Amino acid sequence: MIEFKSVTKRYPDGTVAVDALSLTAPTGQITVLVGPSGCGKTTSLRMINRMIELSSGQILIDGTDTAGQDAATLRRGIGYVIQHAGLFPHRTIVDNIATVPMLVGWGRTRARERAYELLERVGLDRRLARRYPAQLSGGQQQRVGVARALAVDPPILLMDEPFSAVDPIVREELQTELMRLQAELDKTIVFVTHDIDEAIRIGDQVAVMRQGGLLAQLAPPAELLAHPHDDFVADFVGRDRGYRALAFSNAQLPALREERTVRLGAALDGDRSGAGDDWLLVVDDAQRPQGWLDLRAGHRDAAADHLELGGTTACRDGSLRSLLDAALSSPAGRGVVIDDTGRLLGTVTAREVLALIEAERERPTSSAGSTEPLEKSTPG
Amino acid sequence: MSEYFTWLLDNAGQVTALFWAHTKLAVIPLLIGLVLALPLGWASRRIPRLYTPMVGLTGLLYTIPSLALFVALPGIIGTKILDPVNVVVALTLYTVALLVRTVADGLAAVPEDVQAAATAMGYRRFRRLVAVELPIAVPVIAAGLRVAAVSNVSLVSVAALIGVPQLGQLFTSGFQLFYFVPIVWGVVLCLLLAFLLDAVILLVARWLTPWTRAAQA
Ligand SMILES: Nc1ncnc2c1ncn2[C@@H]1O[C@H](COP(=O)(O)OP(=O)(O)O)[C@@H](O)[C@H]1O
Ligand SMILES: [Mg+2]
Repeated sequence: MIEFKSVTKRYPDGTVAVDALSLTAPTGQITVLVGPSGCGKTTSLRMINRMIELSSGQILIDGTDTAGQDAATLRRGIGYVIQHAGLFPHRTIVDNIATVPMLVGWGRTRARERAYELLERVGLDRRLARRYPAQLSGGQQQRVGVARALAVDPPILLMDEPFSAVDPIVREELQTELMRLQAELDKTIVFVTHDIDEAIRIGDQVAVMRQGGLLAQLAPPAELLAHPHDDFVADFVGRDRGYRALAFSNAQLPALREERTVRLGAALDGDRSGAGDDWLLVVDDAQRPQGWLDLRAGHRDAAADHLELGGTTACRDGSLRSLLDAALSSPAGRGVVIDDTGRLLGTVTAREVLALIEAERERPTSSAGSTEPLEKSTPG
Repeated sequence: MSEYFTWLLDNAGQVTALFWAHTKLAVIPLLIGLVLALPLGWASRRIPRLYTPMVGLTGLLYTIPSLALFVALPGIIGTKILDPVNVVVALTLYTVALLVRTVADGLAAVPEDVQAAATAMGYRRFRRLVAVELPIAVPVIAAGLRVAAVSNVSLVSVAALIGVPQLGQLFTSGFQLFYFVPIVWGVVLCLLLAFLLDAVILLVARWLTPWTRAAQA
């Protein structure tokens, strides 16, 4: 656990980069610091491992004030992933990863062994080990940066815009990879970004910061989207936060309609076509949806190659967003809802989901009794 | 043509001795100068207020004519006028003058995020300098060193005028005897020495920096 207690940083030129910041980054969770450029995110992060000294206040790690500790020793126990990776250009990939193990005196053989292990752990080919950083792509370098930070298995990981220099597709891969790693490793992570989507995607809790190093709001992503504390936060999380918020809100399921089904491969007996309903849902022996059959096409049976496979399914305990996605992507206009084992529960229409979303909006909000609607027009 | 080789064979012993003396007088100041320039360059990089005066002062040093320095040094450091130490001291000063700036600029060229990463990994200052910053500054420092080496080779020959034995003596004695052959050999051997030193520095630098070539591969 990392605790900021009224931490202030004033640079020699008078700039107040962080102003009386108090927040706690819980053990085993990802805390994201997000905010516009220059709002003091990097400064906050670097005060944790004392690359920048605080002007006042305290930072405690598991209850111990960092101020009393030897800075270099403290840093060796805290993984740091820097913006643009910051790999040592003169060292091979394995030696980059082995940096901290060597510093703490593991000896070359053991340090390299560990480096190879980590190379695989972050999804890189062993054959890259003897290359130099300049020979790797931006995404690969970033992975090496993560491996280097994890080398001595520190309980804390600090990450400063680690994925901001790579293209969106690679960024999403790296985010997924980080979440997968985190599920295995259970680190206490403080992650800095200016990208609200990234913050919401990976954060267990998100601290929105504003110019002058002020904390605007600290909340789990869903809470942030549903109940931004003020206009600044509302603006920052953006216009489409209503849609984003759906990803987090698990409303009561609407009454599902029962769907007529047919077994995969069964013969069709002609009289199934009802007025205004040209689609038949095909299921397997275990009642698991396989796809939709277009009755207008005049197929004689429900063979697999007659099925329309498009469309996602939504889980019973899924979010409103997954329900809406299922309804909108279904060729029949009805979203398929399944249980945990994949068995069909019923279907919903987009209209029904939207009604639910409306109802959700009008529901009084839980935090501080505010009744702010989900969607709020931005000023200007 | 054969006259030149006959002369060289006749004087092989003396020419070899002069060549070695020249090499020593050029290389020793180069090495001492590098060793001195490292901390000075590092300091003027770390303390920004030092940079301008340090670079200015050492630059100024370079404009003092070498002959004047050779002649003035005995008075300042109390050596005999013919003592080769004068040459070593003077050329060390020139080398430092050239390299302080090179070292400072080379260290400054280490990318910001690499420095920050080194600090974040837990390097202490000295080890960071030796293990991260200097290796990355090698190409810049080597370039400065090559200039200093060539410059030293030519400055050493000036010391012939104050009677310190090295290849420059071939010029002075040739002029005195109105004999062209030793002058030509003096020039050729000076060029050869400059070329050799340059090649050695280049090779050592290449050996130290395999990563600069990997980038293009
Ligand atoms: N070394 C420094 N000296 C003076 N001001 C600085 C220094 N470093 C950062 N700042 C200022 O402090 C503020 C916060 O910077 P920073 O923590 O880097 O923000 P962020 O990471 O959120 O972009 C900015 O206004 C920046 O200009
Ligand atoms: Mg920053």
